[in-house]
Order: sequence, then C-alpha cells, then structure tokens
Amino acid sequence: MCDASEKQNIKVATGDRAILPEGAKTIPVYVMGKKYEVPETLTIMKAMEFVGFKFIRGAGCRGGICGACPTVYRKAGDYKLYFGLACQTVVEPDMFLTQIPFYPANRAQYNIEEIEPVAESIHALYPELFRCVSCNNCTKACPMDVEVLDYISAIKQGDIERAANLSKDCIQCGMCASRCMGELPQYHIAQLVRRIYGKYLQPRAEHLVKRVEEITSGKYDKMLDDLMAMDKEGLEKLYVEREREPDMSEPGRWMPEDTQYL
Amino acid sequence: MKIIYYPGCTLKTKAKNLGDTAVAAMSRLGIELEELKRWNCCGAVYSLADDDLIHQVAPVRVLVRAMEQGGGKLVTLCSMCYNTLARANLIMKNDEEKRNTINSFMDEEKDYNGEIEVVHLLSYLKDEVGWDALKEKVTVPLEGLNIAPYYGCTLQRPREVGIEAPGSFQLMTELLEAAGAEAVPIAEADLCCGSYQIIGNPEAAGNNSAKIVSAADKAGADALSMSCPLCEYNIGKKQGGLPTFYFTQLLALALGVSPEECHFELNHQSSFELLKSKGIVKL
Amino acid sequence: MAVKLSPNTVKKEFIEKLEKLSGQNIQKCFQCGTCSGTCPMSDSMDTPPRQILRMAQLGLQEDLEKSETCWVCASCHGCNVMCPRGVDLPRVMEALRQMKLRKNVNKIEPSEIPAETIKDCPQIALVAGFRKLTS
Repeated sequence: MCDASEKQNIKVATGDRAILPEGAKTIPVYVMGKKYEVPETLTIMKAMEFVGFKFIRGAGCRGGICGACPTVYRKAGDYKLYFGLACQTVVEPDMFLTQIPFYPANRAQYNIEEIEPVAESIHALYPELFRCVSCNNCTKACPMDVEVLDYISAIKQGDIERAANLSKDCIQCGMCASRCMGELPQYHIAQLVRRIYGKYLQPRAEHLVKRVEEITSGKYDKMLDDLMAMDKEGLEKLYVEREREPDMSEPGRWMPEDTQYL
Repeated sequence: MKIIYYPGCTLKTKAKNLGDTAVAAMSRLGIELEELKRWNCCGAVYSLADDDLIHQVAPVRVLVRAMEQGGGKLVTLCSMCYNTLARANLIMKNDEEKRNTINSFMDEEKDYNGEIEVVHLLSYLKDEVGWDALKEKVTVPLEGLNIAPYYGCTLQRPREVGIEAPGSFQLMTELLEAAGAEAVPIAEADLCCGSYQIIGNPEAAGNNSAKIVSAADKAGADALSMSCPLCEYNIGKKQGGLPTFYFTQLLALALGVSPEECHFELNHQSSFELLKSKGIVKL
Repeated sequence: MAVKLSPNTVKKEFIEKLEKLSGQNIQKCFQCGTCSGTCPMSDSMDTPPRQILRMAQLGLQEDLEKSETCWVCASCHGCNVMCPRGVDLPRVMEALRQMKLRKNVNKIEPSEIPAETIKDCPQIALVAGFRKLTS
C-alpha cells in the first residue's frame, strides 16, 4: 500500500498497457474468489490479463462504450455491491470481483416500421414493465450512472421523450436487468424507446434534410472527383494549407475566405 | 398558493381527464397543484404480507421525493395512489422496526420518518377551501344533473386511512352539491368494481361493475362520479350503460374550465352527450 | 364440508406461517360469516371467505392450497371493516397468495395477455394485477 497523496497521483489507468510504472506496487485482488497480486495502476481488465486471463468474449472496445465487460465487485468489509466496466475501472486493494459478460433478458420482437409511436406500444411489448417495484437496484447497478428507475418510471407514465433522454448513456451491458426485482429487461425496453423516439418523435433537423438533398443532387460530386484525381503530395499540400476555423472562435461567426465550396 | 401534487402513472395518459382537470380546477380556486419533479409508480396496491417490505419501497420513495421538494402536505387524486401512499406513510410513522429496515435498504435516499401528510383532494377541498367558498366560485352550476357519488374501496378502507368512515359518502356528495348538481345516494357506492381482477378474473369483475351501474340507474342517477382510474375503466369503459365522470371533471366544468380542457373525449361518449342534453355544455 | 381431524391433518407449522405472514390471529374468528356476506367476489369463489378462515384455523393446508379463492379476492377490504372480531381477512388472503407466489409461479402470465388488452388497460390495472397475481 502507498500513502494517500502518492496513491492519488497514480490512481489512473495508464492506457492499454500492462507495463508497470516505476515504483508501482502490487495489490491483492480476488477474481472469482481466487487471490492475485496485480499492479495497482491497472484497470480490472488489464489486471486480469496481467495474471493470465484471456478475454475471448466479454471484451470489446476497451474504451468504455461497448458495454461488453461489466464487472461486479465488492470491497473487503463493505456490504455494498459495486459495478463498473472492466476496461475503465481501476483495481483497488482487496476487491472481490467477477465478470458478467452477458445476462439473459427478454427482448421483444417488433418491426420498427410498423410500430405506433405511443407508450402503449411499448407497454404491450414489455408488459413486465409493470412489475417494477421501484427498488432502484437498477440505478445502483448502472456503471454509466444512468437513472434507470427514472426512465422506467417515465415509460410507465407514457413520457417517451423523457425516457429516451434519460437512457441515452446506456451501453446495454445488462447490469440493471441482473439486479431487477421485477425481472425487467430495462436496457432492451430503453432501446425500443429510443428507437421510437428517434424514428417518429424527435424533431427533425432541417439543415440535415437540406444537406442530404444537396448531396443526392450531386452538388459535391465535382469536388470529390477533383480530390480523388489528386496525387498524394497535392492532397498533403491542400491539407496543410487549408483554411481552419480558429479554436476559440464564436460558434457560427467564422467564415472561410474561399466560399466556392459552401 | 402551492401544494405538492402526486399524479400517478395513469393520470399522465389514459386518465388525463382526472389529472389535468384537477390542476385546472384548482387553479381556478387560486391553488397551484405543483407536480412532484421526480416520481415513480406508487405500486397501486398496498402490500398486505407482514414481512413484505420491498413492496413498500415504491410509495416510500414517493414520500421521500415529496420531502425533498419541501415537505408538508402531498395531494393525490387517484384513490389507489392515495391508499397506497397513506398506508405506507403509516408504517413509516408508527412502526419503528419496519421504518428502520426500509430506510436502511434505501441507503441512497434520505431517511424518512413519516414527515409528509398524504391528503386526498376531496379532503383538501373541504378542509382548505370549504364548500361555501367553492360555491362562490361556481360559474357553470351543474343544474339538472343527477350524479351518484361512487367511492369504491380505497377511499374509505381500511379505516385508518379512509377519507371518511365506511358507509359515509359526504365529501363527494357535498362537492357535487356545491357544484350545483343533485347527488343521488346509492348503497353500492363502496362496492368494489372488481379492481385488478379485470385482468385476473374479468368475468367476476364485470359482475360487480354491472351491479353498481344498475343500482345507480335504478336510483335515478344520470351518471356516476368517481376518483379512481381503475373504477372508471371497469365501470365506465368495460361495463358501460351509464355515463361516468371523474369528480374533478365536474368540478372543473362548474368552475368555468372549458369543456375541451376537461378531456371528455377520454370518457365514454355518452358522458359528453349527457352534458349536452342537460344544456351544461353548449355547442 | 365434512372434515376428519387428526394430529396428521392439522398442519401446525402451516398455521403458524399463515399467522406470521398475515400478522393475524386467525383463531379470533368465530365464524359469523359476515365476511362471506360482505364479499363482492364470493359468487365467483370455490370456497367462501368464512370457510377459508375455518380451514386455516384447522390447518387444512392441502385443501387451502387447492382452493382458488385467494386469487379471486380483490383486496377490497369490505370484509375487513365489517369483521366483528377484527380479523384482517385480506391479509390472510394475501398470505395464501404469497405462499404460492413465493415458489416462483405466476397466477397470470404477463406475456400471455393479448397486446390489445394491455394497450387498452390503464397502467393501474396492470401494476395492481401483476403485484397480486405474479411472483
């Protein structure tokens, strides 16, 4: 163990490498009940690989986005359950952990093209929604700090927009479902909610429609053809000499001098 | 004046005619029903098993939210929400052991010790507004409308949370009279509509609803007035035969809220027809 | 209903469990029948509430397990407010339901309810029904 100030300095995952920083100490962690000594700066995933585990499944992007590597752990002497992504969570001394790469959850079959964009459609596909007891274990289990109970409540209350916004950070790891008293598949329900919101309810961006029209009408074809015809040196020169928006310029104020491509 | 308000899930969708009309009516009385900013389903039915505390967590969490939003009184309209919240509140007030267990389970929330007072809108209207004051604000008296007050189960039972004693239907009667309607008493005013058995045993539930409708019809009522979206579904939508209103719709109408805002489109068609035939709403 | 009682038929542990779960002293009931007379659902029950309570007093576990009465109870508390002995019968019904539900069995299956029914139902019906009739 190191003292507090020292620990603060090094309690950062040092990238995707298991090379020990100079002076780094090892700490004991328990993986599925077995004790291992691992360098204290590593993420759970790197620490497990350090001691010889090989991830064939249950590891994806290694960047905290894909939701493939949820870990559940406890700390010595603490009754609470903690949840994290193995690729993001740094090991702590005496943590007891296991990976839960998959958790079975009911996923409804539907055709998004045919669905009526109302809360009742969601209710009919996932009637178990109404078995929620508001225990809030889902929220406590979320490694992404999503307010799961709040979005489930919003769906029950028929507020699709609120539910879609509240669940935006969900990475579909399934930890909510693993802890659910009412046996709900929260993350699948939320995905359906966001699909309905995105397809039918979210306000359309007018500029996007305009831009798609411009692209399909061939406005940019000539520019792209010109670029495709250039050699490597020409492209490099163009890139280096390109006009750039200054980093701190006010949004919407800057205009390039050469406006022929706008 | 503001008071914290818990709508309940159904009042945000199928029973907007209960929730929205209450908000509109109360604003005519100078009282703002301020919806809880964050709330969850109350659980609809109170859990009766002595060791089953997990099902008390939902209503208690609502009470915690009310405390976070300033505390004091929490007004509800839906009879089932009222019943569940009020009974869970009694546990938190009176049963130290259960209170401690629930509070320690909800370790992410503030401890709750029964600080909130759960009030049904009917009680609130009587105690905080008063029938005479209400009468003065009536601009569209519901003259010629014969309404049977229907309470169902959860406004009165069990006694410890009843808004009045079992068998007494004074609050809604007085409200209807203040609104200018004629209250038609029926003995079946507290007969269960069948409740959740509409999905467990729809036939049995239907029998009950039929009894209630027929009693009101025989007594000469034009319609039933109620406070619960499940009663309204069982008696109004599934059973039919007699128009049904939420008491808040009738109150709103009498206070001059426009018929459009009263969401009669969510009632059975006959309900709006009745109001037209009595000349209370004009087209 | 004729019942032969013997130390073998009286399931004492069952009685104790029922009393614990319901929080009720079921021996207080003196069989006046007010509950059955008040119950709005008794027409649809295989065994009326008074008899259920008598069976409980006698510890007739198997008969009680066979009866569907607890699933028909609507928890309306009509019997509760009328009972001259202060027995909270809805709590006894809940205890009987819970004994069955706690074995991970459902009385109704949410996934088997037709979509049209669910779309038509107010949320309150589904929440209440699932709480009382699913495990």
